[in-house]
Amino acid sequence: MDIFLQQLLNALSLGGTYALLALGLAVVFSIIGLINFAHGELMTVTGYAICFALIWGLPFPLAVIGGLVVAVAAAVLMERVAFRPVRGASGTTLLLTSFAVSAILRVLFQNVISARPIPVSIPTSLSGVITIGPLHLGTIQLISIIVTLVMLLGLNLFLHRTMAGRAMRAASEDFAVLRLMGMRANSIVATAFAISGLLAGVAGILWVAQRGSVDPLMGALPVLKAFIAAIIGGLGSLSGAVAGGFLLGFIEVILQAYLPESLLPYRDAFAILLVIGVLLFRPQGLLARKTIIKL
Amino acid sequence: MTTSDETLLSIEGLTVSYGPVEAVRGIDLTVKRGEIVTLLGANGAGKSSTLNALVGLAPRKARKMEFNGINLLDLPPETIVRRGMTLVPEGRRVFSSLTVNENLMLGGAKHAARGNLVAAKADMLDLFPILAERLHQKAGSLSGGEQQMLAIARALMSSPDLLLLDEPSLGLAPQIVDRIFDLIGNLRDRGLTILLVEQNVVQSLEIADRGYVLANGRVELLGSADDLRASPEIQDAYLGV
Ligand SMILES: Nc1ncnc2c1ncn2[C@@H]1O[C@H](COP(=O)(O)OP(=O)(O)O)[C@@H](O)[C@H]1O
Ligand SMILES: [Mg+2]
Repeated sequence: MDIFLQQLLNALSLGGTYALLALGLAVVFSIIGLINFAHGELMTVTGYAICFALIWGLPFPLAVIGGLVVAVAAAVLMERVAFRPVRGASGTTLLLTSFAVSAILRVLFQNVISARPIPVSIPTSLSGVITIGPLHLGTIQLISIIVTLVMLLGLNLFLHRTMAGRAMRAASEDFAVLRLMGMRANSIVATAFAISGLLAGVAGILWVAQRGSVDPLMGALPVLKAFIAAIIGGLGSLSGAVAGGFLLGFIEVILQAYLPESLLPYRDAFAILLVIGVLLFRPQGLLARKTIIKL
Repeated sequence: MTTSDETLLSIEGLTVSYGPVEAVRGIDLTVKRGEIVTLLGANGAGKSSTLNALVGLAPRKARKMEFNGINLLDLPPETIVRRGMTLVPEGRRVFSSLTVNENLMLGGAKHAARGNLVAAKADMLDLFPILAERLHQKAGSLSGGEQQMLAIARALMSSPDLLLLDEPSLGLAPQIVDRIFDLIGNLRDRGLTILLVEQNVVQSLEIADRGYVLANGRVELLGSADDLRASPEIQDAYLGV
């Protein structure tokens, strides 16, 4: 039972990060039909921002805020420079554009910053372990669970209580008609990217805080996982992305805990097998709904 | 009836092409303030393309495209709507996962002042009591007729001068269709100018001041509603006389 609870907390923390990333992918996809493979680079940019902010001597909380600001700005800039010119183009064009953005950013990180991991000095107060009865929970793990929940709650409030949030939900249903409400297409899309940047930024900070270093490929693996999570949930469905993220987190943690030692290197392969299984039953994803992408 | 001589919408040589498909091939169209003008024609004649082009949702070219003295040609839909012309699209297209209330609020997004938004909503709930009853229901759960009312109310939330309606009676039961046409008459009495696309020729010509008949993207026939009703072409093709 204790072991189970412990694994549950691990899964919540890992799955939460996937959920935040998958949600960022889904917010953009649901509105402009773009699967943004450069989402991972937003995470990486955040990591570098925090890293340099700390090197320059900023206190940790300020570095975190700086990292988030950079993440949002990078996402909005990415849209403005790379994606706006191809808005409304075919899915393939959008996909290739996002691959290109991702590749260019990685090369820039490698050549301008460093190909090697740079250590990030996370405050020691965050590296502690909290013991609650039989459970051992890393401070960062606990923070990441709380932050994930706060983000999900906050996004939910934003989507349901504000005009901009309603517009985002409406845009994912019928973008053209939303423009007939007098909503500016450019600001709706920019808002979607800003939100996805914020989510990637938060995920990036949690990721860096757990690993203590940044490298040019930092975002690649988690975003691949998030992409899988978004597919499990049904691309374009926000609640699906969250569910898919947590589900993938649980699958990975359970496999990690219960796979025999000799099979552990194949953990991800088993996780993807399970995903294939899900998709065989529900090819459209768990919580898919129909989306019309019309500009 | 408050038809004046002031031209509200003036279109010359409008063409709409989707790649190689020419849906509208150079039509002229005017609407005066206070009028109901109807645009008739068979399926595929180019009616929806014309309306979509007017609000900037379809690729368009024209010699002239003026609304209220503004050149519409280079304006995006959101700006056109903010300038006072809006479209209730074919098939209603309400935001089905949003509530009736949320649909209405979005319709009024152009009002910067909250007071105007609230007033516009109160006005709409007055005009459409059924929407007041369904205010917190998902729009997708409404009946077809209720969704059409919501689509119209949502468009009216932006307080337009000119309302474009694309087949509001499509797929509705006859008594609901009657209510929609009654409503269109009420809206005109409130001072709204309306460009009405319909396949329901009889009822449209009853309510309209003037009409255009489109075929294959061209204006085939135009005139006052009375003249059109009396014309042999309309009698043969639509009124089954
Ligand atoms: N988005 C589009 N892409 C390509 N062809 C279209 C599109 N919309 C309409 N068409 C074509 O343009 C012609 C006119 O269509 P439409 O304007 O919808 O006619 P109506 O509303 O009178 O039925 C039709 O041949 C239709 O197939
Ligand atoms: Mg049509």
